[in-house]
Amino acid sequence: MQTTGQRAGLFLFLIGFALFVGTLTLSQYRLTDQVLAKTAKKEQLTDLRTATAPILGKLYGSSFGFVGDLKAAVGQLNSGYQQAKQYDKQIGSDFIFQTTKAASTGFFPAHSQWFFWASLLLCVGGALLYFLPERRTLPGIKNNGVFHNPATNRGWIGIIVGTFLIGFYVVLYFYPEYLTNWTLLFDPLSRLVNGGPASQWFVYGSLYTLAILVMGVRMLVKYRGNPYQQIRTVSVMFFQLAFAFLIPELMALFNQPAQDLKNMWPLDYSFYFDYRIDEKIKAGTFGLFLLVWGTALWLVGVPILTYFFGKRWYCSWVCGCGGLAETLGDPYRQLSDKRLVAWKFERVIVHSVLAFAVVMTALVLYTYATGQSSLFGILDSYSLRSTYGFAIGSVFAGVVGTGFYPLMGNRVWCRFGCPLAAYLGLVQRFKSRFRITTNGGQCISCGNCSTYCEMGIDVRWYAQRGQDIVRSSCVGCGICSSVCPRGVLNLENADETSRLTSPNPILLGNNSIHVQP
Amino acid sequence: MKQLVIIGNGIAGITAARHVRQQDDQVRITVISAESDHFYSRTALMYIYMGHMTYAHTKPYEDFFWAKNRIDLMRGYVERVDTAGKQVQLADGKTLPYDALVIATGSVPTTVDWPGLNAKGVQGFYGLPDLASMEQYTQGIDRAVVVGGGLIGIELAEMLHSRHIAVTMLVRDQTYWGSTLPAEEGRILEQHIRDHGIDLRLATELREIQADESGRVRAVVTTDGQEIPCQFVGLGIGVTPNVGFLRGSGIELGKGVLVNEYFETSIPDVYAIGDCNEFRDPIIGTDGAPRKTIEQIWYTGRMHGETLAQTLCGHRTAYRPGAFFNSAKFLDIEYQTYGTLNAKPTEGEQTHYWEHPNGRQCVRINYRADDGRVVGIHALGLRLRHAVIDRWIQDRRPLDYVLRHFRQADFNPEFSDAYTDALTGNGPVRKSWLRRLFSSP
Repeated sequence: MQTTGQRAGLFLFLIGFALFVGTLTLSQYRLTDQVLAKTAKKEQLTDLRTATAPILGKLYGSSFGFVGDLKAAVGQLNSGYQQAKQYDKQIGSDFIFQTTKAASTGFFPAHSQWFFWASLLLCVGGALLYFLPERRTLPGIKNNGVFHNPATNRGWIGIIVGTFLIGFYVVLYFYPEYLTNWTLLFDPLSRLVNGGPASQWFVYGSLYTLAILVMGVRMLVKYRGNPYQQIRTVSVMFFQLAFAFLIPELMALFNQPAQDLKNMWPLDYSFYFDYRIDEKIKAGTFGLFLLVWGTALWLVGVPILTYFFGKRWYCSWVCGCGGLAETLGDPYRQLSDKRLVAWKFERVIVHSVLAFAVVMTALVLYTYATGQSSLFGILDSYSLRSTYGFAIGSVFAGVVGTGFYPLMGNRVWCRFGCPLAAYLGLVQRFKSRFRITTNGGQCISCGNCSTYCEMGIDVRWYAQRGQDIVRSSCVGCGICSSVCPRGVLNLENADETSRLTSPNPILLGNNSIHVQP
Repeated sequence: MKQLVIIGNGIAGITAARHVRQQDDQVRITVISAESDHFYSRTALMYIYMGHMTYAHTKPYEDFFWAKNRIDLMRGYVERVDTAGKQVQLADGKTLPYDALVIATGSVPTTVDWPGLNAKGVQGFYGLPDLASMEQYTQGIDRAVVVGGGLIGIELAEMLHSRHIAVTMLVRDQTYWGSTLPAEEGRILEQHIRDHGIDLRLATELREIQADESGRVRAVVTTDGQEIPCQFVGLGIGVTPNVGFLRGSGIELGKGVLVNEYFETSIPDVYAIGDCNEFRDPIIGTDGAPRKTIEQIWYTGRMHGETLAQTLCGHRTAYRPGAFFNSAKFLDIEYQTYGTLNAKPTEGEQTHYWEHPNGRQCVRINYRADDGRVVGIHALGLRLRHAVIDRWIQDRRPLDYVLRHFRQADFNPEFSDAYTDALTGNGPVRKSWLRRLFSSP
């Protein structure tokens, strides 16, 4: 039952969250000559002054009116350039974003730091106030009421949260100019760690890291008494904070190419894109190190580590997507689809994405080496990479992958979309010491394991047959073992020849029958 | 055999159906159940009430499985078995002929003739209808009494506790589950149950149930004269074979359907497996230990089904189980038992007992005093590896061998505390590095 403190925590969190979202509406906007001078390139300043003359100096009460008018003005200018075939003069969407940010005026920009601290402290403090009192209860995993709760059973709260997340990703990827107020909030933090102003990606990275840290605390509390879950959670919190957030930002601070050192191709699908290779080559020895490190990670690291530990060393101990799924997504793991038909879809889709990524990378490298952008006249590397970036990188990994947590479970992306998961999975399936062992005849088919498998594996199907679980999708989170009431499941690394992959003809305890010789 | 009829879609009946289908592609298989359209896992009922799962999650096979494997599921209640005409008669008047009949009807909750037993809000807990009635009678209540401390009793207590309903448990034995567990283990569980805030009353029995004017339970009175107000009474004092509908069919009954080691009843082509049967003579396990004539356990139901399927498919096979095993979970403490381990060691048996200093985990190993061979091992709060312990008991390994190799039997998750040195007396419990970091010594 919730204590008064927990209810207060929830209340504070909701206030902080409303405040944070509300800051998006707090600015007024006025385009001035100083703003233009700051955001426009010198050679385009005159053209832009003319184009934006009707809105220059006008005060807007909301970003919608301002962005709309600004986009219309720039659009008109761009279509003029197009007619004149001056394509190099076209003004990019980053100008809209920067100008909207710079045109922000009034009470909010002047006091954004107050809003930053108030919303952040209320959110984090409220959440901790809500999670920490669970420590009073005895250790032991309790999923009480998960399917009675509208937040975790696809009820109305789940639908609202899912809708919000999907909306957030759509705006983040495709309409970032409406999020400029958040970048104002995060500017000081950004200057502190990377020396520059905050982009929408810096805001996203900070929120992402914060979500993993705070929900990681929730994991540590919920799974206390289970060292495997706790160590794993500390690991994903560490890798997110240090490797995904701080180290790349500090690299940028020292004017080096910023790279998440644990993120690798093909998940990092742009790793071999021309501009990133050039950037590294320009950076000299350090850049070359990054190139070698990133290549060694997938070429050597993946097969070796996956052979010894299964793909869990990455997916549920290191990976950022996995980190978010394991922490923020933990309340939703029971929503993944376990039906056979889902498995059939999964195998086709995830391996198709892997194939797509390989072909695209090969083509990009071909283009880089030869300067020709298409092969056989049909496969064009530029259109292929933009299709991939839009369909897989934005829509699948972001909008669907995280937005659908409260609707389809927390590993939609990892399960159906991640090309690296597919690659790791192939190694795990065919050459690895990892398996989930089932304990003789002790399974009572209760189904806790299958229900709480985030990857949608019907764990019970194997356990009740006394068969080891060797599946390419298993990320080794170990929750099936944790929630099993009979101690039937255990994650193990042992000689791969000792895998028990065909069902036991007669389960232990009945030794009189030997169907097989 | 052209038509196989199985009454009951529990683990025994369904296992038999599946294993017959694996071996015989021709036979028609019909499974009749009054309770549900599909096989579901009875053991997971408590988790539906607690909100861990929905009914759909408790079905081990998707609905298409049955048509694909040509196992006909029939919803109906068998009223009579006509052994002379070789047919079963259903409550809706339909009849179904059979060449072979398998009775796998399971159990019903045991009751004692207590006064007030018919009050609303008094029930046992066995199947889906019990779940529905419990859902109905526990809405908005704040106090409940559970009678009996066995496996169903503790499940009922945990279910009610999960909904923040105050629970009083009445347990007849002097120590918790004293009919099965030695006193030390009983004490661990008593402490654990009380730590959860459950009011556990040992050496206390129910005398009567009192109802209010609307017929709804109001209080219970115990044998020591105390009155405990409550709005729900859960009965967890055991189960009885569900064989009432067979009276007058000519099939010989004891407490359950009497069968031999081939599950054959007194009537040809009629078999009984699972909870509802009773062996005429105790079966001797391959470890040499005699087993109870009625074993109402999930795993034995499954083993019965597997074994009978051999007989039904023409390989007449006797039921010859290996070393006994079972497991349970008492709130947060898991329990596993292997071989013969009674509450009191039998004549000539000695015991090796180790308890973790945290008072929540223990291992007990019983062995013969003369040759030292281990006859039974159980554990609370730890996971043991079934195959290893089974082999030790089958191979009649002596205690010192078992202790020396105990690490092989550890089935705990990675990074758990290493306890095997402490068990064998070679050192203290080694904590995982995270625990050393985050806990006081």
